[in-house]
Parts: sequence; structure tokens; C-alpha cells
Amino acid sequence: MEIYEMTIHQIRKLIEKGDITAQEVTEAYYNRIDNVESDVKSFISLTREKAEAQLDNLSDKKGILAGMPVGLKDNISTEGILTTCGSKMLEDYCPPYNATVTNKLQDAGAIFLGKTNMDEFAMGSSTENSFFHNTHNPWDLDYAPGGSSGGSAAAVAAGEVVAALGSDTGGSIRQPASYCGVVGFKPTYGSVSRYGLVAFASSLDQIGPITKDVTDSAIMMNVITGHDPHDSTSVNQDYPDYTDFLKEDVKGMKIGLPAEYFDIDFDNEVKESVLAAVKKLEDAGAEVEEVHLTGAEYALAAYYVIAPAEASSNLARYDGVRYGYRSEKDDDIKNMFTHTRHEGFGPEVKRRIMLGTYALSSGYYDAFYLKAQKVRTIIKEDFDNLFKDYDLIISPTAPTTAFKLGEKKDPLEMYHADIFTVPVNIAGVPAISIPAGFDSKGLPIGLQMIGPHFGEGKILQAAYTLEKILDINKKRVKL
Amino acid sequence: MISRKDVEYVANLAHLKLAEKEKEEYTEQIGSIIDYVDKLKELDTENVTPTAYTVPMKNVLRDDKARESLNRKKTLANAPDKKNGLFKAPRIMSDN
Repeated sequence: MEIYEMTIHQIRKLIEKGDITAQEVTEAYYNRIDNVESDVKSFISLTREKAEAQLDNLSDKKGILAGMPVGLKDNISTEGILTTCGSKMLEDYCPPYNATVTNKLQDAGAIFLGKTNMDEFAMGSSTENSFFHNTHNPWDLDYAPGGSSGGSAAAVAAGEVVAALGSDTGGSIRQPASYCGVVGFKPTYGSVSRYGLVAFASSLDQIGPITKDVTDSAIMMNVITGHDPHDSTSVNQDYPDYTDFLKEDVKGMKIGLPAEYFDIDFDNEVKESVLAAVKKLEDAGAEVEEVHLTGAEYALAAYYVIAPAEASSNLARYDGVRYGYRSEKDDDIKNMFTHTRHEGFGPEVKRRIMLGTYALSSGYYDAFYLKAQKVRTIIKEDFDNLFKDYDLIISPTAPTTAFKLGEKKDPLEMYHADIFTVPVNIAGVPAISIPAGFDSKGLPIGLQMIGPHFGEGKILQAAYTLEKILDINKKRVKL
Repeated sequence: MISRKDVEYVANLAHLKLAEKEKEEYTEQIGSIIDYVDKLKELDTENVTPTAYTVPMKNVLRDDKARESLNRKKTLANAPDKKNGLFKAPRIMSDN
């Protein structure tokens, strides 16, 4: 097995035994990037100088990620290193400070290889909304990697980094992880600091890891979770050692399959693959029952009010004054504002700003925004009630496997790629996507496990068990 | 359904200049998204309290003490235009 195909825990063993040095690991990954990046295009920028500086400072460190080459989604602030958010608006923006997760990874010894591609301001499900370029799915380069963390998922799948961070507002970690055949974890809202994450929809955004297996996901979660006084929505409590949950045991675990989700018309191969995986968990001792939740369509509808509303407010800061792009048409202040935003934002971002502004505008606030927030209560309570009796809920991560680049043109059609992932953000609960199989085109299928607030442990335990049973996780892309 | 006039009104609120073609596209696209979102009306939300944040949280307060913040040089480093250690913006008031 090549170094670039290995996991964090495999590489760590080799480093600990002295079989390989951190320098050699980074070199192996940069070689891999040299070989495949022109095809996959996972990155917006590579940070070789930063990686070398981090390697130089590593010698005295015994961090849990010591020498691990990682990628950061380009909406996670890195001091002095371009953080573009996939937008022309921030094309030249170098943050004056690090995100909390950036510091945490660095303190754990991680080596930053680059900033990964994404849909502009994390708005999208295919990474095609990036201002810079498309990213290609490493399993088949004609296909999209999913999004918005498509660069992070593709980089991990292609072996360009051993792990990466993404952000998930409505599925932006899990859906690309599903399309790229890797593991993506969206933690409970409030368990990972959002300080330094460029804001999209503040009540939904959450940072999480994209890794090659469930063990690495637990290792990354150990590094990034925790209270942060810089983020007032960060929950102040003790967080467990997530690796304690890496046990092959689902005996007596109660799993619910939401009828309203499986009733949606979606890809048959995906459905069969997910149900076959669930059957294996049942064979291993889990108790599986059909359960009922408010239809996912309502969560999606609420999402497309709440997320754009919050985005329209968060993105008001891009005015061409303090940082970011400024139009040359700046004869007066109002013209400068409107031209800057016209030229600096791409079509999907403008669409969502318009939608959100409309939903918040006088006369529509009650009908749309307030209504959506009430529906949010219904959806959250639905999950809360189910989790009184069930440990986990399982669904597909996405209704299909990856679609072709350029295939989806209609915004509403694209939004439906997130039908199974969006309710999780609306309720603020944690969920993982792990590979469950491959379709007849050879594209990966993702399975989603959802748990109660701060129920990451059981999710990891069930995911770890399923990963061992299915044993498909060692399959790597051919590039 | 929303009208082209609505689109122009909202664009103005959002400080967005739109090209003619964009106005057309957005009228249609945002209209169909709004139609979809109208689904929410099917759910009875009488007596339901709205949720803004899903994890129970009270006001988060800290002592009102001065702390170190970004220095002027770092703060201005990304400014599109600056002068004498200040952000420079186009004039806001006209001559008359």
C-alpha cells in the first residue's frame, strides 16, 4: 500500500516505529498532488511553504496528528494564507488570524498542504459554484465531487491529503463524502468552534472532518471539538474521547428507519445498498424498526428560507470597504456598494441573498421566516422524541450517487441533492456519512447515521461496526 | 410567484445591482423556489414557538474587560483602499 492510500492511524504507527519520517510523509503526499491534481483539481491554493515551516517546528512535538498532511476547506481562516471562500469577493483575502480549528490542528502537529475548493460561500452541492474551477470526482473524472466541501472530499479520496476539514450547513460535508466514497462527520451544533469559519448561515454551520475511515474521523473529532470562548454558540461541556467508541458492537442498539424518507422516489441502487447494510447491522444484533418523522421536504423548504435569510444578513458585510473586492465603479458610495456586490458575487450567492432578503422583508417576514422557524421547532422535536426510544436513525446520505459535471442546471433540482442531509442541520443533531457500497457505474454510495444532540459516540460505534462488516473501505481510487 | 418589480425592490434592499438578464432569471427562479417553500403552509404551526438555535443556550456573557485586539496594520492589510491609517471609501455626501 502506498503512503498516500493510508489512514492517519496507519501512518502514525509507521512514524512511531521509525519506519518513516514526517518529512517523507509530506513528500509522498506532495508527490501524489503533483501526479493527480491536474486531473482532480481539489485545491484552490497549495501551501508548501507553510507545510515546510510546520515540519521544521514539528521535531519537539508529539501531537496526535504529528506529521499528518491535511487540507482545509477554503472558508476556514488561516493567518496570512489566502482564504477565498471560493469567491471572487475574497480572491485576495488573507485573514489576519487563525480559525480556532486551524490552531487546534496545528497544535496537534498537522501539516497544512493546501486550501480546498468549494462552492462559493459554501452555497451549492457540486462545487461547480466555485469562482475558480471545477473539482472532479476521483472515482470518475466526468462526475462532480458533490459539495460544497467537494475539494476536501475529493482530496481525501484521491490521496492528496490524509484527512481534511469541511463545513456543513445543509449536507456540505456528508454529501460530498458520500459521492467521493469517504467518511464525513457533521458534529452536533455547538461542539466545534465556528470562530474563523467564514459565516454562511450561522445557526446551521458546523465544521467537521472528512477522512478515509471511521477511526480517523474519531481522531479528528478529538482534536477539533471543545468549548471556545470566541464562539458564543460553542457549548461549554466536557467532550468525550471519541476513540473510546471504536468498538465492534451494535447488540441491542435501537435503529430507526424513517418511512417518510424511504418513501421518497430516489435511486434504487442507493436504496438497496443502504437497506442491505442495515440488514447486516440487524444480523449483528441491532434492533431495526420503521419510524416516522416529518417529511424531509418540509425540512428542505424551511432550510431554503432560514439559510438564505441568515446568509443575506451575514453577507451584508461584503461592501468593498474593509477587505475583499471593490468595484472600480466607485464614483459614489451607493454605486460602489452595488457594483462591488454585483461583480464580486456569483449567481448562486446572489440568488440566495435575494431569496433571503425577500423572506426577511416587510410583509413576508411572518409568512416565510417566522413560519420556517416554527417548522424548525417541529422538526427538532420530532428528532428529540424519536431519540427517546432510538439510538440512531439511518437513511441514505443522498438520493443518488454522484452526478455528472454540468448536468444539473436548475437550482431547485440541485437543492434536492440535500434532501436527506438538511433535516439534520435544521435539528442541530450530529450525523455521519460512510460508504455503503458502489453502484453499477462504480460510484460510491453513502449511508447516513443520525444521532441525538451530543450522541456522536454511538454514531461512531455503529459506523465503526458497519465499516468492519462491509469491509469495502480499503478500496481506493485508480488515478 | 414574484414579479420583476419585486426582484428590483429586493435587489435594492440587498445593495445588489442586477443586469437585465439576471432580473429575468431571478424572477423566474426565485419565483419557483418561493412556490416550493410555500409547502410550509401545509404544516399547522399554531401555538408552536419558533426555534433560532437548536442547542439550549442562554445569553453568553463575559467580564467587560479590555483585551488585546488586532493591531491597525493587520486590520488594514486587506483594505481595498486606505489613507493615513484609515479605511478609505468614496465620498458619502455630495458638494451641494
